[in-house]
Amino acid sequence: MEGVSQEVALGRSFEKVNAILKKHAYNPSNLVGILQEVQEEYRYLPEEILTYIATALGVSPAYVYGVATFYAQFSLKPKGKNIIRVCDGTACHVKGSSAVLKYVREYLGLREGEETTPDLLFTVETVACIGACALAPAMMVNDDVYGLLDEEKVKEILERYEEGREGADGV
Amino acid sequence: MVFKDRVSLEAKVAELKKSMPKRKVLVCGGLGCLAKGAQRVFDLLVERLETEKLSWTVEKIEETPHHPVKTGCMGLCEAGPLVMIEPQGILYLRVKPEDVEEIIEETLKKGVIVERLVYQEEKNGRKELWPLMKDVPFYRKQVKVVLRNCGSIDPESLDEYLSRDGYLALAKVITEMSPDDVIGEITKSGLRGRGGGGFPTGRKWQFARVVKADKKYIICNGDEGDPGAFMDRSVMEGDPHSVVEGMAIAGYAIGAQEGYIYVRAEYPLAVRRLKKAIEEARAAGLLGQNILGTSFSFDIIIREGAGAFVCGEETALIASIEGKRGMPNPRPPYPANRGLWGKPTVINNVETLANVPAIILRGAEWFRSFGTLTSPGTKTFALAGKVKNTGLVEVPMGITIRELVFDIGGGIQNDRAFKAVQVGGPSGGCLTEKHLDLPIDYDSLCGAGAIMGSGGLIVLDEDTCIVEVARFFMNFTQNESCGKCVPCREGTKHMLNLLQKVVDGKASMEDVELLEKTAVVVKDASLCGLGKTAPNPVLTTLRYFRDEYVDHVLHRVCPAHVCQAMKEYFIDPEKCRSCGKCARVCPVSCISGRPKVPYVIDQNQCIKCGSCFEACPFDAIVISWRRKNHE
Ligand SMILES: Cc1cc2nc3c(=O)[nH]c(=O)nc-3n(C[C@H](O)[C@H](O)[C@H](O)COP(=O)(O)O)c2cc1C
Ligand code: FES
Repeated sequence: MEGVSQEVALGRSFEKVNAILKKHAYNPSNLVGILQEVQEEYRYLPEEILTYIATALGVSPAYVYGVATFYAQFSLKPKGKNIIRVCDGTACHVKGSSAVLKYVREYLGLREGEETTPDLLFTVETVACIGACALAPAMMVNDDVYGLLDEEKVKEILERYEEGREGADGV
Repeated sequence: MVFKDRVSLEAKVAELKKSMPKRKVLVCGGLGCLAKGAQRVFDLLVERLETEKLSWTVEKIEETPHHPVKTGCMGLCEAGPLVMIEPQGILYLRVKPEDVEEIIEETLKKGVIVERLVYQEEKNGRKELWPLMKDVPFYRKQVKVVLRNCGSIDPESLDEYLSRDGYLALAKVITEMSPDDVIGEITKSGLRGRGGGGFPTGRKWQFARVVKADKKYIICNGDEGDPGAFMDRSVMEGDPHSVVEGMAIAGYAIGAQEGYIYVRAEYPLAVRRLKKAIEEARAAGLLGQNILGTSFSFDIIIREGAGAFVCGEETALIASIEGKRGMPNPRPPYPANRGLWGKPTVINNVETLANVPAIILRGAEWFRSFGTLTSPGTKTFALAGKVKNTGLVEVPMGITIRELVFDIGGGIQNDRAFKAVQVGGPSGGCLTEKHLDLPIDYDSLCGAGAIMGSGGLIVLDEDTCIVEVARFFMNFTQNESCGKCVPCREGTKHMLNLLQKVVDGKASMEDVELLEKTAVVVKDASLCGLGKTAPNPVLTTLRYFRDEYVDHVLHRVCPAHVCQAMKEYFIDPEKCRSCGKCARVCPVSCISGRPKVPYVIDQNQCIKCGSCFEACPFDAIVISWRRKNHE
């Protein structure tokens, strides 16, 4: 599987990280951007890469770790292939976003405290406003926005992404 | 082409104005419409117009073909996908792919209006049709300054921006005005920061201008953290060049050669469009070295946020651009003196900057003709919540809340009763029915305990629990508190606990008092604006909806029927067949009974989980909301 081969590659080389670092001229003031690109590549920030980045930029690992944990966007745990962001902004909240979150979690069979499905296909997060307030309640799956959600619609949408599940297993 | 001087730019603008197709079909490409399938409508229009064109040339009906453009948000998101037809200005709502054929056949070919797609208003039992966009009630009271191009140009085309006098303000500034002239004009216009604080923009620029330094910076704040606002997003996505031009003018005024746009992580489309705008402006010689052959050089870099509300605060934003944890710093020193990398820096909001080119071109007097004496100009709002027409609006300052909610917003959904508007997001407050005639300007809102904020405006109806809304905002600020200062870090946590107790029906009146006291301390003692304003939702709701707190605390009643703890589950003895299913699923074993006798729920132990409700095969479990004893 794609995820596994990445993990394997990770142990051996930091080539991709090097390319990203180089693009940012090894400048510590680009740290946020560097971490964003690394996360895009690996879907999370593996600890050994954080240490590696610190050394390469000449700053302490604590500094890099501090930045990585400050921003909600960064994750130190592997994330799923599809990121579901259920909006819990004000407009969505007053229109019942808690129910949407419940439907999503139920559909994916997530247990309390769990955010990612064991097969690493979905990660669920809440965000405060995705700028689709007029369509509240809304959510994003990866970069796509879905609005005016109810139980049925949530199911329909997730089913669509789930079809990728078979494909991923088959490879 | 590269513009070498002002004359060549002006010539191009004049030429574009003439040659821009006047007949256009505009499909709203805002997020709301895209999510409702605007792309399909757009694709189909393009495809059908392609094929049709052939037959047209034969018949010679059209000289310039209709020209579909994907625009930014047109505002009336609720009724999307929206399609506008120019030059007539016809607006069609809820357009589906299957409507495309009829639009082409009837409207484009014959000029006949498709009535079923037109805005309808019920008045005294009579239906009124408003086919023209400018007559639709939602747009009637609006004035477009900031959103002048949003929804009517292709945001990904420099030419279209130029055809709307784009970059002429910049050209004017750098060829015939001194930096002091520019600051003078902006000061005279009375423009105040649209990012929330309302600080006079001219004064801010002046502070940075007088500081001597080898480098200065201008930062555009596109963080838009208010959870329920999307105005800045719409401007960045719908008219990115206006932000770029505004920044360049600001840069000229304060003596900066470099600018940063800080955009929220959740706005990938805004980032893409801004990037494109910057590249195109650079390629045309409108950014970069020696703009239009003058000695002024200016360029812009985009930085993406990474999901932290506090980074909208200016000192935190600077820390974030520097690659650090985005935590605020005490002011002074103000960024105008020591900002990004220790250099004088001006931070302005997206909307503030988008106003600038319009003010320069049309003059301070023109700008002052909108709005009030102390708050001139217009303000954009993201109208959302329980209102009929939701979407992006721009109104003159000083308009009343009533006009905004009822005339533009069309009133409350499902004809429920109006309860409150929440203005200013987590830093703002809830205003009530008695404020409906309050004019919306910086000072009036402040006086009522709310703030203008960035412009999120959420309408609440009788089915919204005010205490729960206060808890919602506190949960938000508590999560987003960066933890640097104690009052905010600890205070928000305690306030959240107390609010949770109220919502859970476990609070006493002493808790409410403590909540109020804590709120005042956090407001006074916090380091940055986040903590200083975090108590506002609590304080305003306590001020205007104290009764509702009392209902929750003393009577264990939630008048809006929202707070789960105020629900009660009963077993209808008539319907109960004593099967015992409910007792078996109850996680706290509070249901008891015997065969042939109806089962009973022990109200004192029930945790309102709803398991019995779902388990009962006979619909014998009844949910009722607690009511006040005397009722
Ligand atoms: C917690 C917090 C969040 C803020 N978020 C934003 C924001 O999202 N966008 C914004 O323009 N200003 C925001 N501000 C205000 C900025 O600090 C700053 O005052 C503003 O960007 C200045 O621009 P203006 O003068 O054009 O309004 C925020 C302030 C605080 C305290
Ligand atoms: S509140 Fe959900 S999209 Fe704005």
